[in-house]
Amino acid sequence: MAELPARLAALTQARIGLPRAGHALNTAATLAFDLAHARARDAVHAVFDTAPLHAEFDVIDVHSAAPDRATYLQRPDLGRTLPEAQAARLTPTGAGTAIIVGDGLSATAVALHAVPLIQALLSRLGGTLAPVVAAHQARVALGDAIGAALGVDIVVMLIGERPGLSAPDSLGAYITWQPRPGRRDSERNCVSNIRPPHGLDHETAATRIAWLVHQARARRLTGVALKDESSVTIRLR
Amino acid sequence: MAYYHDLGGTRHSFADLRGVMAAASPHRSGDVLAGVAAASAEQRVAARLVLADLPLASFLADLVIPYEADEVTRLIIDSHDENAFAAIAHLTVGGLRDWLLSNAADGGVISALAPGLTPEMVAAVTKIMRNQDLIAVARKIRVITRFRGTIGLPGRLSVRLQPNHPTDDPAGIAAAILDGLLLGSGDAVIGINPAGDSVAAAHTLLRLLDDLRQAYAIPTQSCVLTHVTNTLKLIEAGAPVDLCFQSIGGTEGTNSGFGIDLALLTEAQAATLALGRGTIGHDVMYFETGQGSALSAGAHHGVDQQTLEARAYGVARAFRPLLVNSVVGFIGPEYLYDGKQILRAALEDHCCGKLLGLPMGLDICYTNHAEADQNDMDGILTLAGVAGVNFIMGVPGADDIMLGYQSTSFHDALYLRDVLGLRPAPEFEAWLLASGITDMAGRLTTSPTSLALPALLDG
Repeated sequence: MAELPARLAALTQARIGLPRAGHALNTAATLAFDLAHARARDAVHAVFDTAPLHAEFDVIDVHSAAPDRATYLQRPDLGRTLPEAQAARLTPTGAGTAIIVGDGLSATAVALHAVPLIQALLSRLGGTLAPVVAAHQARVALGDAIGAALGVDIVVMLIGERPGLSAPDSLGAYITWQPRPGRRDSERNCVSNIRPPHGLDHETAATRIAWLVHQARARRLTGVALKDESSVTIRLR
Repeated sequence: MAYYHDLGGTRHSFADLRGVMAAASPHRSGDVLAGVAAASAEQRVAARLVLADLPLASFLADLVIPYEADEVTRLIIDSHDENAFAAIAHLTVGGLRDWLLSNAADGGVISALAPGLTPEMVAAVTKIMRNQDLIAVARKIRVITRFRGTIGLPGRLSVRLQPNHPTDDPAGIAAAILDGLLLGSGDAVIGINPAGDSVAAAHTLLRLLDDLRQAYAIPTQSCVLTHVTNTLKLIEAGAPVDLCFQSIGGTEGTNSGFGIDLALLTEAQAATLALGRGTIGHDVMYFETGQGSALSAGAHHGVDQQTLEARAYGVARAFRPLLVNSVVGFIGPEYLYDGKQILRAALEDHCCGKLLGLPMGLDICYTNHAEADQNDMDGILTLAGVAGVNFIMGVPGADDIMLGYQSTSFHDALYLRDVLGLRPAPEFEAWLLASGITDMAGRLTTSPTSLALPALLDG
């Protein structure tokens, strides 16, 4: 054995047994890596197109205090801040739950999964829903200020996750009871890796999110106290 | 105490020493996020001019974090060696830079000085050093450590083989280890970051590592990079623990966020040493650090991230580590925005660690939301090799599928050894040759090796 037996590559997604040119990777392996990284980079910098959301739902657009992507990436605090003029676009409607769609770190994930996931959620959530909020240059915690402005008990924040090299289109869902600025990440629940066909499909994700929303409403909390009794994958960030 | 410098009719004032230190740092996003960065490019140079004229003894009197408030400060002050310091006590920070670059300061002389230097002194002097100075000074200093192999010798470059898997699957991990070994990696350590926090799973992985090491008689050490409290439990359970891993930071609060304090590290080091598993040496600690961890933990005390990183090395050196690894681009663009900032931090960290007498390695890496790519890593990798870095990471194809970031690959390590004429640790080099993996010139062979597939993979 001087070269790694080819069948071992099937044991892991890791890039093992790569073909070489001298000590370097050969051309095909080098360009395959470049393509994966290019897709991840494009996802990070993709512009959030809200037209598909507007076509399907009643949608209000808001922008965080981060004016552009470069600022957003360096100032997570601004991505969590809702300027007053933006908050003024939101008014309480008496609804109990709000769905927010944030671009996060992958507008590509939002473009692929937000509409079908919301459609799957609508039939499962029940109760009254506020208009869908499309949040630009958003971090997860921006949902706290949005939820407070809408006067809802629960926000479901659907947001593009940080792209991995082989997963540029993963969507996360964060559920927060009584959202208000200052909520800690430990006070949320998360369903992550929504990314069919490789990750969670939309129907399964919607079922898990709805379960968490119903539990949150019944027990009047979200976060680590809810985590222990659910079977869903929890990942906080 | 306040500091100021006048430049062409403008007085640049700094409220205290930590303000001078923060303003003197090259621009980076984490210091901006913390609100401690220089307000202008000129103010940054003014801060460096203040630093250049500052006597080194100032750092023993004007502490960036109070003695009463922080056990890391107490460690730094209480362990300061005044006899070693006497040789440079008359110097300013600028004078120290000039001396370090002089021919009089060879590696042996600088190493003898290390106990007299505090983390704040080395942070200060590196703030007024260009990148080439950071390379030239670090290159003089060799820090050699031993367990089953000798790491850090002149002309050598070791590699941590990092075979992570998203579900800790033993077969998947074993396949990645085999890939790395066949590409000449693994002499620093074969170290797994476990996906989960389970002690039982870590025990399984430690057995896998030890079985492989013994089956192939590899003169290296293994590690599962789990929390120090887990390692203590594993030792108690009789697991084959070679090295004790822990992430550490430069303030008591940062370490508290990591769930550790100095007493716990002391206990863990003693428990690991008691196993007596090292054959040619007994350096048993493996630490990881990285600029920005203190701000991330909300425990930065208004101190800039490079100074806090140097203070983490102040913690590390109290425990005679085999390996210290600055994971330089992992934390994300809100701390180090792009390839330029990651490069600067890598060279700073490596130089500061070597000045303090530590066996520095670098995880040269980036995330997909940082403004960086493999070309940036190639540059940092090459410069780190020139600077004499003790070890780098070897990740399959540079893509860590568990941690979700890009580091350096087995192939990158081969490149670096090749272009700079560097060789693996001598014991590991002899093993690679005996196994038929490399030839006398250190090149990969095309002939069969004497390695047989482990039973786990021989299906």
